[in-house]
Amino acid sequence: MEELNFEWALLTPEYILVAWAGAIVLLSLFSDRIGKVQLGYLAAAGALVATLVSLIWIDNSTDFAGIIDINDYTTMFRVFFGLIGVFACLASARYVNDRLLHPGEYYALILLAVVGANGMAASREILTAYISLELLSFSLYVLVSFAKFEPRSNEGGLKYMLLGAFSSAIFLYGVGFIYGVTGSTHYAAIGEALSGDTSDISMAMFFGLSLMIGGLGFKVAAVPFHLWTPDAYEGAPLPITAFVAAISKAAGFAFFLKLFTQAFGPLVDDWRYFIAALAVATMVLGNLVAIQQHNIKRLLAYSSIGQVGYLLIGIAALSPEAGSALVLHLVGYVITNVAAFVCVIVFYNWTGKEEIADFAGLAERAPFLALSLTIALFSLSGMPLFAGFVTKFILFQAAAEADLLWLAGVGVTMSFVSLYYYLVIIRQMYVGKPESLGRFPTPWPEYGAIALLIGGVFFVGLYPAPVFELVDDSTASIFTTFVENAGVVSQR
Amino acid sequence: MNIVLFALIAISAGSGPLFMIMPSRYPQLSRYLALLVASTLFALSLVAFFVYQFDGGSGLRYELQWDWISNIGFFGEDGITFHLGLDGIGAPLVLLNGLVIFAGVFVSWNITHRVKDYFVLLFLLVSGVYGVFLSHDLFFLFFWYEVAVLPMYLLIAVWGSSTNFGTFTRTKEYGAMKLTLFLVGGSVLIFIAMMATFVEAGLGTFDLPALSEVAYDPTFQKTFFPFYMIGFGVLAGMWPLHTWSPDGHVAAPTAVSMLHAGVLMKLGAFGILRVGITLFPEGAEFWAPVMMTLGVAGALYGAIAAMTQTDFKYMVGYSSVSHMGFVLMGLATLSDIGVTGAVLQMFAHGAMTALMFTSVGAVYDQAHTRDMTKFGGIAKKMPRHSAFWAIAGLSSIGLPGLAGFVAEFHIFVGTFQSGYEWAGVLGIIAAAISATYILRMLALAYFGPLNEKWEGLKEMRIGEQVAAATLISFLLFMGLWPAPFVDRISDTVSAIQAIG
Repeated sequence: MEELNFEWALLTPEYILVAWAGAIVLLSLFSDRIGKVQLGYLAAAGALVATLVSLIWIDNSTDFAGIIDINDYTTMFRVFFGLIGVFACLASARYVNDRLLHPGEYYALILLAVVGANGMAASREILTAYISLELLSFSLYVLVSFAKFEPRSNEGGLKYMLLGAFSSAIFLYGVGFIYGVTGSTHYAAIGEALSGDTSDISMAMFFGLSLMIGGLGFKVAAVPFHLWTPDAYEGAPLPITAFVAAISKAAGFAFFLKLFTQAFGPLVDDWRYFIAALAVATMVLGNLVAIQQHNIKRLLAYSSIGQVGYLLIGIAALSPEAGSALVLHLVGYVITNVAAFVCVIVFYNWTGKEEIADFAGLAERAPFLALSLTIALFSLSGMPLFAGFVTKFILFQAAAEADLLWLAGVGVTMSFVSLYYYLVIIRQMYVGKPESLGRFPTPWPEYGAIALLIGGVFFVGLYPAPVFELVDDSTASIFTTFVENAGVVSQR
Repeated sequence: MNIVLFALIAISAGSGPLFMIMPSRYPQLSRYLALLVASTLFALSLVAFFVYQFDGGSGLRYELQWDWISNIGFFGEDGITFHLGLDGIGAPLVLLNGLVIFAGVFVSWNITHRVKDYFVLLFLLVSGVYGVFLSHDLFFLFFWYEVAVLPMYLLIAVWGSSTNFGTFTRTKEYGAMKLTLFLVGGSVLIFIAMMATFVEAGLGTFDLPALSEVAYDPTFQKTFFPFYMIGFGVLAGMWPLHTWSPDGHVAAPTAVSMLHAGVLMKLGAFGILRVGITLFPEGAEFWAPVMMTLGVAGALYGAIAAMTQTDFKYMVGYSSVSHMGFVLMGLATLSDIGVTGAVLQMFAHGAMTALMFTSVGAVYDQAHTRDMTKFGGIAKKMPRHSAFWAIAGLSSIGLPGLAGFVAEFHIFVGTFQSGYEWAGVLGIIAAAISATYILRMLALAYFGPLNEKWEGLKEMRIGEQVAAATLISFLLFMGLWPAPFVDRISDTVSAIQAIG
């Protein structure tokens, strides 16, 4: 048997995050001198340090003990998740200070969630990925219900946790079947068992696969496994809503893509239409129901469900090109969505309101905020100059390349539908009459965060080549063993 | 010279940050900056047009090609390139855009609400239009097409006006939303057809010259030509998908109506020609009768609807539908002379409609009503304004010596030549009806005894007169000496495979 590589240093970024999380809890317990706001910036610094440290492994291709890959794909997502953590902490600082207790635990859980997300992208073995997934999920369950005197927050957290536990069980049940059929939980070994002569693979395989898709579908909020999303989004403290929307989707898809490429890639023709059907249901329901919403959090929840539908197109069109298109859209979507949420958070910090009608006249009261939110919303709906247009374009083009033009067509149509409800918000901000004329300034840390994120939205929208190339190179490292196979059912 | 083309886009899009750093307290500064930017654009457009016309040679010139995405994923060497260039179809339309924004800034002088934001969005719109006319990459053509649609919602919803019809009100938000959704809805079809074209061609590039050399499967062409035809056709005001156009134009502020009816609607017709007809010759031939029918229907329907309007702007809005119907008829002939006429009509109608909206704006700003039945004899109070109106109207009717005549003449000759006699007859009837509504409007509002109520009306502002005079000079230019336009357009058009 091959000697396993136990180079513990490979996991340094995760050690840093965990240690930092612990230190923050202790600091907030024993030191009164550090304010709640400073604690947030300190946590952001921790996430940033871990992000920078993970850059050491650029252009590396090794693994830890045969269960965790340290390659460009991992590095890319470590950086990506780390930055999400940075922005989540920055955006939380004032909110936590004004409205929440126990800041130490709050920030520690954000950092731990990043560790879980890293693990999901890095694992090359299902159970390790599952444990990382649970680390992420449990952190999020607690964070969602963190406003403990608010019934909505508790309701959202409880719903999220109960359904989450249920879906985890379904997922594990599926893993059991897969292990039974292929005799391994390593992606590569499963992939090997499924390629070549596949005539003896039993239908149990597909049963297990369906269960796993269901479980994963829950984590990324694909219809019909999405029901927790609106309530959890609405109940959670706002920065956590942003964090959940960004990291649970990003990590979910990092895992989804890797697993389905390396382990189930050989069977792509068998599950392609299953995923495509999920994508259609998710896009259509998410976008149509979003029209009805009048709470900004619920609206963004449904719109993020719609976005999951677009991302699923990338899985359905599975190929190295579609993989990088998916990750590119994921990057564009997360930057844009976080920008939108930071704007909403600043608004909420001032007014304490979250109905769309409350945004009336925002352009008069806070021009920068209104402009940034408008840009973010236009980007989400896929208008040009902004990230959303380019990333969606490339993603849909990838589907068209895989003979899924109809699916791309549904995607285009639904992003057209989404324009309507984003315009409704924009109308409130620019045409609506403000309740009071008092201006409110954006505090400088938030100002900086928004400016950075909007800069990113423009950068990806106007000159995507560097990001696209980076994503393409990194994603290529999970496709090294990818061979398209005719599929089992069609061979029979 | 190719840097001029780039400058047209860069200046119009890049002026946004400049406006943003202008002090809000002195809106006059922003207005002068806008005038400066617009004058520069107009001057550069003139340079581009005249250099192209008199430089000898034809076809695509002054090309500029920068890599944007190459060799990543499914994109090949020339995956997406920022490919600019000027040809005989683009040149007059670039000039038109410069002309209309130049006039538009004068007309926008009395905007007082959020002046900076207004100009940012207005010039963003202009940059999108330049981008479409100059791009020779399918991706960027679509990119700029959407950029042109992007600011429309805010421009109409924030600075527009609602119309009260007595029993009901058409709000500006309604007009803005309707317009935006129609146009973006149309681009859904374009988007789908683009993806299909890219895959079918299999070249890994969106470069239009490269794509147009591919011989596409006839069935494929027949399937996807309507996507382009209808998708772009929505913006061209193709009947029966024109309904956004009157509502949107009426709700929009004057300069936006000018740009929208004057230039933006041309993007639609331009797209059908540059993308649909150029890439899919057999598809175009197959669907030409349908396009001809829709064009004739639009021309007739728009003219008849304009005849019954009492609101100046609705009348102009429906007349735009009617005139864009002529453009579609010209395109559907697929003959050299007909398509040349279509391009001429784009220019003629653009300048003429801009002039009409300028005139409507001048009355509305003073009277705060656009109901023509409430006026009467105001030519006595506003003589120059009335003269401008009359000239615009006469060009619209097709009076020889003005641009409209040259264009419509080409179109009708092309229509008969290509064997659509019925369409030619109906089209001429539609042109005759346009005389009815223009003369009716002039008679009702401008001539006859002066209505006492409007004793206080003053002549239109000097700036508006400058705008109107500039527009008229180009109507006369094309009407009296069409050669520079016709020669180059016809050179370019006859090189298109579908057009014989």
